[in-house]
Amino acid sequence: MFTPHTNAEREEMLRAVGVSSIEDLFKAVPKKYRFPSLDLPPKKSELEITNELSDLSNGNGSVKDLMCFLGAGAYHHFIPAAVDSIISRGEFFTAYTPYQPEISQGTLQAIFEYQSLIANLTGMDACNASHYDGATAVAEAVILAHAHYRGKRPKMILSPSLNPQYRETVRTYTQGFADIEITGDLVKDPLESPDSLIKLIDMQTALVVVQYPDFFGRIYDYAKVAEVAHQNGALFAVSINPIALGLLKPPSEFGADIVVGEGQPLGIPLSLGGPYLGLFATKKELVRKISGRLVGETVDQDGKRGYVLTLTAREQHIRREKATSNICSNQGLMALASSVYLSLLGKQGLRQVAELCYQKAHYAAGQISTVPGFSVRTKTPFFHEFIVDCPVPVAELNAHLLEHGILGGFELGTVFPSLKKSCLIAVTEMNTKDDIDIFVEVLKEMSHD
Amino acid sequence: MTEKTIFELSSPGRKGVEFPAVDVPTTDLPAEFLREDLPLPELAEVDVIRHYTHLSHLNYCVDEGFYPLGSCTMKYNPRVNEAMARLPGFAYCHPLQPVESIQGSLALMYNLQEMLKEIAGFAEVSLQPAAGAHGEFTGVMIMRAYHQSKGETKRTKMLIPDSAHGTNPASSAMTGFEVAPIATDARGNVDLAALRAACDETVAGIMITNPNTLGLFDENILEVIDIVHKAGGLVYGDGANLNALLGIVRPGDLGIDVMHFNLHKTFSTPHGGGGPGSGPVGVSDKLKEFLPGPIISIIEEGDDEMPPLFGYYQPKNSIGRVKSFNGHFGMHVRAYTYISMHGAEGLRQVAELAVLNANYLLSKVRGAYKLPYDRVCMHEFVLEGMFDDVPDVHALDIAKRLMDYDFHPPTNYFPLIVHEALMIEPTETENKQVIDSFAEAMLNIAREAHESPELLHEAPHKTPVRRLDEVKAAKDLVLCCWLPENSE
Repeated sequence: MFTPHTNAEREEMLRAVGVSSIEDLFKAVPKKYRFPSLDLPPKKSELEITNELSDLSNGNGSVKDLMCFLGAGAYHHFIPAAVDSIISRGEFFTAYTPYQPEISQGTLQAIFEYQSLIANLTGMDACNASHYDGATAVAEAVILAHAHYRGKRPKMILSPSLNPQYRETVRTYTQGFADIEITGDLVKDPLESPDSLIKLIDMQTALVVVQYPDFFGRIYDYAKVAEVAHQNGALFAVSINPIALGLLKPPSEFGADIVVGEGQPLGIPLSLGGPYLGLFATKKELVRKISGRLVGETVDQDGKRGYVLTLTAREQHIRREKATSNICSNQGLMALASSVYLSLLGKQGLRQVAELCYQKAHYAAGQISTVPGFSVRTKTPFFHEFIVDCPVPVAELNAHLLEHGILGGFELGTVFPSLKKSCLIAVTEMNTKDDIDIFVEVLKEMSHD
Repeated sequence: MTEKTIFELSSPGRKGVEFPAVDVPTTDLPAEFLREDLPLPELAEVDVIRHYTHLSHLNYCVDEGFYPLGSCTMKYNPRVNEAMARLPGFAYCHPLQPVESIQGSLALMYNLQEMLKEIAGFAEVSLQPAAGAHGEFTGVMIMRAYHQSKGETKRTKMLIPDSAHGTNPASSAMTGFEVAPIATDARGNVDLAALRAACDETVAGIMITNPNTLGLFDENILEVIDIVHKAGGLVYGDGANLNALLGIVRPGDLGIDVMHFNLHKTFSTPHGGGGPGSGPVGVSDKLKEFLPGPIISIIEEGDDEMPPLFGYYQPKNSIGRVKSFNGHFGMHVRAYTYISMHGAEGLRQVAELAVLNANYLLSKVRGAYKLPYDRVCMHEFVLEGMFDDVPDVHALDIAKRLMDYDFHPPTNYFPLIVHEALMIEPTETENKQVIDSFAEAMLNIAREAHESPELLHEAPHKTPVRRLDEVKAAKDLVLCCWLPENSE
């Protein structure tokens, strides 16, 4: 199957090695524990495993069959066929990290272009070759800020409207740092205006992190927060949704030093939560502080343009315990998917998708607000997600919606005690007007009960 | 020929994809938030496909040939894995869907947890970590949480043998541990005297790679583990070299308390030009409560009529989540497929043939290259890429010359404890003829190094680009390109 050895070859190889049996190669392994019998299911042929997994996958209700109004950090978008066609090429997916640049120019140039596409989209000067996802990208921003001030500024201010999973991940990542204090996010009212972060910013602050559009879908101009952060000598980081930047001004325009975010909406399937793509871009002043891989342009010995991994001296395999991050494998193939996606959509296509999301979400919000018992809580500008207060428990509502082939919004009460009866509805270009109208009809049924 | 960048190929007005028109009554856009310009390239679909196809031709990959990168386990990536991960029911589920609507995926994850537990001998597994280094970090955090729960806050020292993986020191430091290196003895084992001397009341544990980065199984592994345990420390096993141990020995049986798996090495999920990986973490019974959650479990037992209901559970003293959602589910599907197609016997055969291939290759090149630790190796071995009588030939030159023979070079300059290291891991998916021709190339190169060293110094000769100026790249720091000025 996947091992090509014939019995004759095996014997010949054993003779060359000078042992009489394969077992003889394992004498260093303690005899008592050598060759355990593993209790695993009997092996399956390709035909059998294909049948088993087809059955298992058919047991799921996917967004191919369900109407999806669920977002909260992962979004259902259209993926042009060309994206999977490119990332399915063995030349890309069966290659390793491009440590040998002479035979890895395809991967290297693709990463260089990815860095360029994300820098152009976010208005930043540089971008790394990726982090694991949006959550770990935020955590890496916190660690960058800690290192930037050499641990002398303990305070990391997280907006309460930063994705709750990102906030939890930051807390996990920083458990070992006695000199980091995470603050700002555990407030009674997670919907308060970002201006309320301002009073927390002081000379002990290393970093302020906000989300744009925020976890609840709202759009704010963070210029004032950024200004106060900078006045106090702190760094300002913005976690973005890359699709929204097709429409909205880039965070560079309101003072971001670091832009992070979840790259999944850029041509990467939902896949139950991964693999996704951690975006990480900065102003040029911070380039040498970025962890992870960076690709730079150079020339070969004949003067021909080429690309190499650069500033590798920052990385864990060289700096060892002095490195600020241990990241090694990243999301290379997902970064390639996002590059193909952005190349296909380009200037016009990304704007069009963003506008479709915006228009459909606003239509949906308008229609839902006419259903008795339901009210749209979001009154300020929003992109493609908004909060709906429901007359029935959200879990019950979602169970009912599922019976009608609809994936309802995220139950906010599971994370925010003050939003017990609220859900977060996401609408993208995948939701037709008919879908939205059906969704609203089912809500009407619920309001009659 | 140099391939233009995607930005240089842009032509204003081109489109690669068409979307439907807005089908709902429109709302005004929020004028004060709109961006003025979106400086992305504009291309037709065919331009995009040709560009990336051209780029792909500049890569070497496992599909093309032998890729003996030590410690990277560049085995063949079965195509069925790819097909399974792309089944619509797997690829298009939202991670926050109600559990009732994703029972198929949760069952697969649950079964994969069970398989990994059985293969490596652990009490519980979390599939959440995204990569090997992420798994290491998770495991070290678990060790920290364990000591804290016992009130042992003075345990701040992490022992790391100098034959361990390169990411280990950074993973420990990120977690707040001080790193204490432990020397390797003349047979390539952990130096027991050095280990005993370092084991005091401040030891949190040891991060051990076994087989180590010399490709050797530690002959005193039980003693190493015992010394650390007696000092009150925990033992972390770096699972990057697990390919050599499948069905041979279970790390948990040896007494290892916590270990990460690299699904992208051992279980054939592809490397993707640098990722995504997947780094599940397995632990012994006493560490279960600290794992990152959620973990997949049976929340309602099944019976004859009804299958069990799978759901999530949060370990009671969890270190917290280490990333969003459930880990790299797409990689879980691929690894599950691979393990299912092997079964117990097939997995043992994988390890046996990986080790046979490495020893066979070693037998062919021994003598032409210096072998600092000469004993039966596991899945890989490390040569010195230098010759005393031609001092200006380096491991790098040998690596580059291999490209002229159409091979990917081995890992070079790692591990640091071997001068000019060439770390060679053939994997089990290579046949005898491939290994014979690689060995022949290695022998030719050893001869060339003596007879015409310029062939090595000037190599590679026939690659898309030749040796690149890395100093210039770091000095100029050109990390991005932009749209040409006149394209606006």
